[in-house]
Amino acid sequence: MLLEINPLVLPDIGLVFWNTVAFLLLLVVLGKFAWKPILKAINDREQGIEDALAKADKMKAELATMQSENEALLAKAREERATLIKEAKETADKMVAEAKEKAKAQYDSIVADAQVAINQQKNAALTDVKNQVGALVIEVAEKVLHKELSNKAAQETYINELAEGVKLN
Amino acid sequence: MTFRSIKSLLVKTFSVFSLLLATQAFAGENHTPAPAGAGVEATATTEAHGAKKEGDFNVTETILEHIKDDHSWHLWGHTSIHLPVILKTSKGFEVFSSEKLVDEHHEPAIYKGNFDYKLIEGKTKIVDANGNVDVEASKQLWDFSITKNVASLFVSVFILLVVLLSAAAAYKKTGVKSAPKGLQSFMEPIILFVRDEVAIPNIGAKKAGKYMPFLLTIFFLILINNFLGLIPFFPGGANVSGNIAFTMTLAVFVFIVVNVSANKSYWEHIFWMPGMHWSMKLFLAPIELIGVFTKPISLMIRLFANITAGHILVLSLICLIFIFKTVFASAIAVPFAVFIGMIELLVAFLQAFIFTMLAAMYIGMATEEHHHDAHGEAAHH
Repeated sequence: MLLEINPLVLPDIGLVFWNTVAFLLLLVVLGKFAWKPILKAINDREQGIEDALAKADKMKAELATMQSENEALLAKAREERATLIKEAKETADKMVAEAKEKAKAQYDSIVADAQVAINQQKNAALTDVKNQVGALVIEVAEKVLHKELSNKAAQETYINELAEGVKLN
Repeated sequence: MTFRSIKSLLVKTFSVFSLLLATQAFAGENHTPAPAGAGVEATATTEAHGAKKEGDFNVTETILEHIKDDHSWHLWGHTSIHLPVILKTSKGFEVFSSEKLVDEHHEPAIYKGNFDYKLIEGKTKIVDANGNVDVEASKQLWDFSITKNVASLFVSVFILLVVLLSAAAAYKKTGVKSAPKGLQSFMEPIILFVRDEVAIPNIGAKKAGKYMPFLLTIFFLILINNFLGLIPFFPGGANVSGNIAFTMTLAVFVFIVVNVSANKSYWEHIFWMPGMHWSMKLFLAPIELIGVFTKPISLMIRLFANITAGHILVLSLICLIFIFKTVFASAIAVPFAVFIGMIELLVAFLQAFIFTMLAAMYIGMATEEHHHDAHGEAAHH
C-alpha cells in the first residue's frame, strides 16, 4: 500500500488532452496574430532607433567637418584681408611719397622759375633804374655841366664815360 | 493531552510538503477530531453535508481537496458551477452534467448512462449494480471532462488571447514610431525580458527568433495560471500550474521541440561523445540518453512541486486557525499567510521564468554549433 502513487502525481488524461489543445491553440493564434506583429514592431522600432542614432552620428561628423572647413575658410579670408590691407597701405604710402616728391619737384621748379624771373625782373629793373639814374644823372649833370660845359657833345661823352664807370652791382 | 494532539497535528500538517509522493493510505491516517463548522471549505461543506461530516475536520483532506481537480467550481456559499463530464467508453462518447454524479448531500452518487458511473476518490469509474468498481470496464473509460482545472485553463487562454491580441492591435494602430501605451507598455517589457534575458543568451541571437513564439507562449501560459492559482476565489482558485498533467504537457512540448530542432552534433554528443576513449564513449552514451529524458522531467516536477508546495503552505497556515480551535490563531496565521502569498507572487513569476529559461537552454544546447572543442563541451554537459 505504501508504494501506491499519490493521485497528485498521476496526470489526468482529460487535462493533458485539453491542455494540449489549449497550448496548440495559443501557440498558433498568438504566434500568428500577437507574437509575430509585436516582435516585428519591436524589431522595427529598435532598427529605427539604431538608424536614427547612426544618422545623428553621421550628421555630427559632417557638422564637425563643415566647421573645420569654415574655420579654414575664415582663416584664409583673414589672411587675405591682412594682405589686402598691407598692399593698400603700401600703395597709399607710395602715392603719398610720389605726391610729395612731385610736389617738391614742382616747388623746386617754381622756386627756380621764380628766381629766374626775379633775377630777370631785378636785372630789368636795375637796368631801368640804371637808365633812369643815367638819365637823371645826365639831366643833373647837363644842368650842372650846362653851367660848366658849354660844349654839349663834349659833355655827353664825358657823362657816358662816367656812366660806364659806375658799377651798379 | 490536547496540546500533544495539536502538536502532532502540526507536525503532520507541515509534513504535507513531503507528502507529494506519499500514499493515499498514509494521507488517510491523518484523521483528527475538530469542532463542528470549522474550516474554510468545511464551513460550507459541513453545513451542506449535514450529519455525516459534522464534527470532522481533516486538515490533509481539506488541503488536498483544494489542490486537486474537481468536477464543480465553487463560487460562493452553496453556489458552484457544475461542469460537464465528457466520457469516452467502449460504447462511444457521453456528455452529462457533473451535478448528476452527486446527490443532494454532495456525496458521490451513481449516474446511469451507457454504464453506471460513480466518482471514486474524485475519479470517474464504472461501477456495477452493487456500487463496486468494475475494473475491466473502467480501463476502457477515458475522462475528457471539463473539470475545474480545464475550465480555469480556458479562462487563462481567454485572458491571454484578449490581452495579447489587443496589445498586438495597439502596435498596428499606433505604429512603430510612437512609444507604447497602456496594456502595450505593460506587455512589452515582459516580452523584451523573455527575448533579451531568456531566448538570446541561451539560444543565440540568430536562432532565437524562431523559438520566440514557443517560449513566449509557454512563459505567458505558466505565468497567468500561476497568478490565477493565487486568487482564492472564482475565476481563480484552481490549481492548474500545480497540476502534474499541466506541467507534463508543457514538458512534453519542450521535449518535442528540443529533440526535433536538435542538430547532428547534439546527437553525436549523446551517443558517441567526441574526444573520448571508445570505452568512455560507451559508458557516457546511456547517461547522456537518460539526460535527454530527465531534462523535461525535471521541468515537469519543478513547476508542479513549487506551485503545489506554495498552495499547501498557504492552506496549512490558514488551517492553523482550525487546528488551534481559536480565532486568535489568525493573528499569526493570517500575517504569515499574507507573507507567503507575497512570496508566492514572486515564485509565480520566477517559476514561469525558470521553466522558459531552462526550455530555452535545452533548445540552445540542442541547436548549438560545436566547433570540435571537446574541452568547451565538457562544461555544457
